[in-house]
Amino acid sequence: MVAPTTQPTTSASRGRSSSVSSYLYRHPRLRLAGLLSAPMLWLVVLYLGSLTIMLVAAFWSTDSFTGALVKKPTLSNFHTLLTGQVYWVVALRTLGIAVLVTLIDLVLAIPLAFTAAKVVRSRRLRYALVIAVTMPLWAGYLVKGYAMQTMFINNGVIDWMLAPLGLKGPGLGLAATIFSLAYLWLPYMVLPVYAGMERVPSSLLEASGDLGASTSQTFRGVLLPMIFPALIAGSIFTFSLTLGDYIMVKIVGGTTQMFANIIYDSFGVANNLPLAAAAAFFPIIVIICYLLAVRRTGALDNL
Amino acid sequence: MTFSNRTRWFLSVVTMLILVYVYFPLLVVLVNSFNSSKVFSWPPTSFTTDWWVKAATNDGVRAAVLTSVKAGLGATFIALLLGSMIAFAVSRYDFFGRESVSFLVILPIALPGIITGIALNSAFRSVLVPLGVSFGLITVVIGHATFCIVVVFNNVLARLRRTGTSLEEAAMDLGAGPFQTFRDITFPAVRSALVAGALLAFALSFDEIVVTTFTAGPGIETLPQWIFNNLFRPNQGPIINAVAAALLIAFIAPVYLAMRMSDGPSRVAQVGAEP
Repeated sequence: MVAPTTQPTTSASRGRSSSVSSYLYRHPRLRLAGLLSAPMLWLVVLYLGSLTIMLVAAFWSTDSFTGALVKKPTLSNFHTLLTGQVYWVVALRTLGIAVLVTLIDLVLAIPLAFTAAKVVRSRRLRYALVIAVTMPLWAGYLVKGYAMQTMFINNGVIDWMLAPLGLKGPGLGLAATIFSLAYLWLPYMVLPVYAGMERVPSSLLEASGDLGASTSQTFRGVLLPMIFPALIAGSIFTFSLTLGDYIMVKIVGGTTQMFANIIYDSFGVANNLPLAAAAAFFPIIVIICYLLAVRRTGALDNL
Repeated sequence: MTFSNRTRWFLSVVTMLILVYVYFPLLVVLVNSFNSSKVFSWPPTSFTTDWWVKAATNDGVRAAVLTSVKAGLGATFIALLLGSMIAFAVSRYDFFGRESVSFLVILPIALPGIITGIALNSAFRSVLVPLGVSFGLITVVIGHATFCIVVVFNNVLARLRRTGTSLEEAAMDLGAGPFQTFRDITFPAVRSALVAGALLAFALSFDEIVVTTFTAGPGIETLPQWIFNNLFRPNQGPIINAVAAALLIAFIAPVYLAMRMSDGPSRVAQVGAEP
């Protein structure tokens, strides 16, 4: 059904409006079609069409001699992935990394967002804090990757800072990957959590305090349940971004592999589109399951 | 709400530590770009501006910046057009599938870049290449525009919802046709949202590497690709560092402007940028 929400109560155009203009005015459906046709052509035909081609390609195979695509339906790619032990190891490692990255970002984002939304009284300082954390979002992915490399590399900045204590940093590897990803995605967690905290009426926190609850009791009993959907919303970002990342692990991960590296290598190195497409099912399925699981918390409205 | 001094003190310290965690590595990149050592060494023992000069005169860097700017402008142009069209349709009309449209706009950025990249690559290979269009800058622009639409859409939609329709209705009651109403009322109302959306779309495109990797033709190298490719080459460290430092500075101004122009900092949450 098309019903213009803007239609004024007075009837058709008065004065000297052009005939095209008044024709469009009387035909809201036509206006809507004009607005939507180009974007839908782009998003549905080009984007969804491309996704469909890729997902269908997961059921193709490649000729083992020529590498050419064999467009006969087969489940062999899924069989390869499900029976290969290395794929399981990398998939579980990637999920583990995603969980840890999400937890680190939660631990950092909650006090920061709480301070900005509820403790700081000046509005300017509040915005300044949020912008200060959001700004690096745009500092450039590779710039931040490079920054993290200088931190974690052997004899890098972390080693230099720990040297007086007689300690050494973890170097490039799994730990560096986890902290770098948490570093990269922190703004994605802070913003929804901050927005969620801002929506909690301060009067509720005050009431809880007036009734004798300590700060930590108020935090656990009142605030945390109320911002839970916002926390989940942030975790959707950190989770799905981690599942799809293959570049940061190349920069700071040493020899560590993540699942997206498997997709990338199948496609870019082995030139095996069907295997890459089949592997791409893993992050897609995990993200969809995650979205379905958290849908009832109301997290999706907090995105 | 009042907090005990201990809580306040604790929270301020934690906040400061997080800000240090966020900014210290970036500061290191800035400082290190003046480090005169040819190989990575920290802390710097002497300083020079040589690397900035070398980076600015490096042919590879210049070509890559030019490619990135072209791709960014192309993608931003398409995203502005398509994103604001969808925003108008969604905010001003009630139609079947409106919710799905919003979902569809977000999808290219919600799914990992590698999936969007491979999907576009295989589609281009099986559709465009047989038609005689080869991989090049145009395929990068198509890829970038696809995930940039959402930033323009979000900014314009928020503005349209906030401004409402009463001014437009008043204009029409006073005899203005749809075109005149758009030119004199609607467009001025959304102009700064369009600028904010365009700045963010450009920043998003300029920073993108994954979709780029899968959609760029031979000989096309954007700045992020140049950085990534040179990261693993010997003796390129100081120049990369200077480029990274320059990018850091170049990004801050437009993004700060975009944040001022969009509707408050929490709006940016819905931008959902993807590397």
